[in-house]
Amino acid sequence: MSGSAFHRFANPGRFLRLASRILPWLAAATALSFAVGLYFALWASPPDYQQKDTVRIMYVHVPAAWIAMFAYGWVGLCSAAALIWRHPLADVAAEAASPIGATFTFIALVSGSLWGRPMWGTYWVWDARLTSFLLLFFLYLGHLALLNAFDDRQRGRRVAAVLAVVGMIDLPIIKFAVDWWNTLHQPASVLKMGGPSIDASMLRPLLIMALACQCYFFLTTVMRMRALLLEARQRTLAYRRNTTRPRAAATMMTGGTTGGSGA
Amino acid sequence: MSEYFAMGGYAAFIWPSYGVAALLLVVLFLLSARRLHAAERALDDKEMAEDE
Repeated sequence: MSGSAFHRFANPGRFLRLASRILPWLAAATALSFAVGLYFALWASPPDYQQKDTVRIMYVHVPAAWIAMFAYGWVGLCSAAALIWRHPLADVAAEAASPIGATFTFIALVSGSLWGRPMWGTYWVWDARLTSFLLLFFLYLGHLALLNAFDDRQRGRRVAAVLAVVGMIDLPIIKFAVDWWNTLHQPASVLKMGGPSIDASMLRPLLIMALACQCYFFLTTVMRMRALLLEARQRTLAYRRNTTRPRAAATMMTGGTTGGSGA
Repeated sequence: MSEYFAMGGYAAFIWPSYGVAALLLVVLFLLSARRLHAAERALDDKEMAEDE
């Protein structure tokens, strides 16, 4: 056990060192890009000629939706890598990113609702775009539930990984739902053939807020990956202590802090 | 200034959008940071004990 565990941690060890070095930079980039992004989103950009000030909801809604989908792609691809190559970091990367993706999905749903009410006259319609995006939220919840559904952590991760991979079919459905089916939701105006059809004064806050959300995603993902790896190492140490020096381990357990298992 | 916060009559939709997003992102960050610090501290204690 200890031999194979050592082998498995060889790579994560390198990641842990790298993570502690890049985390301060990621934190600075996140704070800076949110500050600049919010300045443009809420102050230094004009109201839309049709949507008036509600266009400012776009600077929350669209980046949140982008990162929600990006994060699911991340979770899905990492899960595939974990299933195929059994790479120890891939499992951890998927588990760390899942709650972050779920949060962005929820933000996109809520801000979309709040935008829909004044512009469409309704908080919600059961059209293809909104329904497939709601499904994304349930995929995240299912993934998180399965991760914690088994006493055997590895088994939970494997079952959750299968769901994550299968669920990736929802991503192209969300993206193309506005083209394939009739909907209230506007079609793509940034990521489309022929370039963005949106004025620079509004594209600027949109892209800076997207950058901020992207930085936030990597910041929190790396933080959570580091936490998961340290918790795993701690479990290995506790296991080794319990098997080799039971009495020392017993005193340790009462004296030491136990790692958080929530969130 | 109050005209700014009124957001052309759409304040009730715009500010909650930003509020919900900010609240959730801050809470998620704090939970992640707390979990990381707890893991770092617990491991420091353990490895220190290991070296004794």
